[in-house]
Amino acid sequence: MFLALGLIVFALLQGLMAAKIIGSFWQLNITIIGINIILAASLNLINGYTGQFSLGHAGFMAVGAYVSVVLTTNFQVPFVPALLVGGVMAGLLGFLIGLPTLRLKGDYLAIATLGLGEIIRIVIMNIPYVGGAAGFKGIPHHTTFAWVFGFMLLTLFFIKNFVNSTHGRACIAIRENEIAAEAMGINTTKYKVMAFTIGAGFAGIAGGLFAHMFYIISPASFTFMQSFNYLIMVVLGGLGSLTGAIAGAFFVTFISAALASVPEFRMIIFALLLILLMFYRPQGLFGYVEITHLGPWREFFLRKERAKR
Amino acid sequence: MDFSEQFLQQLINGLSLGSIYALIALGYTMIYGIIKLINFAHGDVYMVGAYIGFFAITQGGLGIFPALVVSMLVTGILGIVIERLAYKPLRHAPRISLLITAIGVSFFLEYTSMYFVSPTPRTFPTLMGDVSIHVGDLIINGQQLLILGITMVLMVILTYIVHRTKIGKAMRAASFDTETAQLMGVDADRVISITFCIGSALAAVAGVLVGVYYNSIDPLMGIMPGLKAFVAAVLGGIGILPGAVVGGLILGVIEALVAGFISSTFRDAAAFAILILVLLFRPAGIFGKNTSEKV
Amino acid sequence: MKKQELLRAENVSEVFGGLKAVSDFNFYINEGELVGLIGPNGAGKTTAFNLFTGVYKPTSGTISFAGKSIVGLKPHEITQQGIARTFQNIRLFSELSVLDNVKIAHHSRIKYGLGEAVLRVGRYLTEETAVEEESLRLLSIFKLESHAYELARELPYGAQRRLEIARALATQPKLLLLDEPAAGMNPQETKELMDMIRWVRDEFKLTVLLIEHDMSLVMGICERIYVLEYGMVIASGTPQEIQTNPDVIKAYLGGEE
Repeated sequence: MFLALGLIVFALLQGLMAAKIIGSFWQLNITIIGINIILAASLNLINGYTGQFSLGHAGFMAVGAYVSVVLTTNFQVPFVPALLVGGVMAGLLGFLIGLPTLRLKGDYLAIATLGLGEIIRIVIMNIPYVGGAAGFKGIPHHTTFAWVFGFMLLTLFFIKNFVNSTHGRACIAIRENEIAAEAMGINTTKYKVMAFTIGAGFAGIAGGLFAHMFYIISPASFTFMQSFNYLIMVVLGGLGSLTGAIAGAFFVTFISAALASVPEFRMIIFALLLILLMFYRPQGLFGYVEITHLGPWREFFLRKERAKR
Repeated sequence: MDFSEQFLQQLINGLSLGSIYALIALGYTMIYGIIKLINFAHGDVYMVGAYIGFFAITQGGLGIFPALVVSMLVTGILGIVIERLAYKPLRHAPRISLLITAIGVSFFLEYTSMYFVSPTPRTFPTLMGDVSIHVGDLIINGQQLLILGITMVLMVILTYIVHRTKIGKAMRAASFDTETAQLMGVDADRVISITFCIGSALAAVAGVLVGVYYNSIDPLMGIMPGLKAFVAAVLGGIGILPGAVVGGLILGVIEALVAGFISSTFRDAAAFAILILVLLFRPAGIFGKNTSEKV
Repeated sequence: MKKQELLRAENVSEVFGGLKAVSDFNFYINEGELVGLIGPNGAGKTTAFNLFTGVYKPTSGTISFAGKSIVGLKPHEITQQGIARTFQNIRLFSELSVLDNVKIAHHSRIKYGLGEAVLRVGRYLTEETAVEEESLRLLSIFKLESHAYELARELPYGAQRRLEIARALATQPKLLLLDEPAAGMNPQETKELMDMIRWVRDEFKLTVLLIEHDMSLVMGICERIYVLEYGMVIASGTPQEIQTNPDVIKAYLGGEE
């Protein structure tokens, strides 16, 4: 059902683009929304579901971007394998970084991951092979709306099923109460690192998709300000809700595009939204709830749950 | 210049930069000590301080010292207002909500400033002539002397306030245990306000001094020094005032050495690497005591 | 036939920055026993629990469970060995449903891997169904099945305490540690809780160790009692022995007797 819904949305958007009802400006932005949904959903797995506050997502995105463009540009590797290798490398780095770092808690973890994301970026900046600070040029334009949409569905499908399994429940238990989670037999370190690795991996894939939209990428595209951008999406949408991540990615990308000519206003709006949200709805718009749990659908799904027994 | 002279020159540069970090780090550490908040917006308060100093000098025609005082006053009040409006309503909220709010305040300060003063960097007027002291081949310029001198004077005043005055005692009591301090008759809200005021005023001084030192200020200038100053505070042991000063100086020196002997592109990486190493191996910092969470 | 010894602590001490929270603590519990741990506030009762469950590592001494040392094991490893606990200050997964709280506790016995979970194939389907059934059965034992789909934080206080016990049982422990299970309950609720603890012990073939301030509960159901004061065991024995022990009366029951 999830896939069917996805395909309908895809067909609709693709049709509108083919019929030129959606112009090239919005076509570009819809593609970016798709990539941002992957980033927001994967960050939400770490920040929202597992409750481990990471501010280094742009760093993992950068790793995926650079690995995949080197493969496609310098080694003529096909697009999809290059993306996947980029994702795996980002995940691997996430694993190596997560293992020592995830012992830290709350705001300390936040600032440490911010620092690590910046270190990744500065290291890339100092590798002449990938163009250093000037950036990597000559990237083939492989990213299409269809690929982005496909990978977006894959990400959502993966994370949705993950959080509804015992592995995902273990992550959520850590967010809810780490000490109780341990007392219930959950290896908290293992699951924190697992969530971090998976999140980093999908960020890497998103980075690859992002990079193949342009002729050139540079380390400047992956600063911690970029990580903050994904954080805003997740916080606005809801820490612990995929619907929220989608809504957040949609909203932030849309506002950013609409207010592109007045960038100060865009950031002032986001700043005020963040602050007001923390006052009145700290769990974000959707909180821990999915759209399938709301309103008229709620009864339907509960009945389905009960019917299973 | 041979190696040892170059080393000493970098040391002087590092101590000047480190003094700036120390001034900002003091605010970080005081605020963290009292409300356990990484005040992400602190770097932007420093930026506002720099602009107020700039306008006091260019529009108000003030000299450097009156400009410093004006900047301290206005920025100190800004600190109080930020705390009252943004952080006070969240006094009992989870720390992550507070952190997100601080990020929001940070964006707000950056981009409203950008709206009012435009994103283009401003050139800070040169106030010091070419005063400089030469010791052999070493050069200590007037700006560096000014930074080191003012920092030292402010340290002395701050130490006096914290250790000798009634409000200083209340601050120390509140940072040790806010609730108990309240039971002992300390007005926590007032102490928190004053802490924000002092911390912000110190950041303002740092902002003006950086303007004098580097001659250029812009609305996003606070981001990196803000983060670095946080690193300094963690390095020294968060919540500990002398720790923030020592942490700031050490960080400044390390950065100057990395920039001077390795590559200036690794300056920021060095600061973050220090942060991560300290957090992993000595989370309480140089001067802190390690404590464990009670179950 | 003599009952098998389940948990033993020998000369255990725990020092926090110079302060001895527990010193020379000697303790044992046999399979199937129901033992109480009492003592004034700050006597080290919860510290003892934290030592048994691996939250703290003893500064010195040995702790063995079912004949094997458990010193240095992580809390989740100890839970997998068969010790489960509840918390003095309730620690539920408060934003999750009551059902999910219990499901989470099945974690260490679930075998399906990440791949099966994401693709929803193989053991995922059978095991998830089994976990759900088992969890609902536990909830109905504790009269919580009507609340299964509510959030844990929305439950009334007494029900939250019951849910903590249900959740602990879902880990299928041999030894259940209850930290002040009757705290905040009225006499009627306490009475029901006593019956339930006894019933659970028999039904699940458990060994139970509990910390409690409510003397009627401790004296009413415990077969043996340890009395802690200043981190040391000052007396142990049957409820009758404890009630007549002069040291205990002096130190703990004090002016009230």
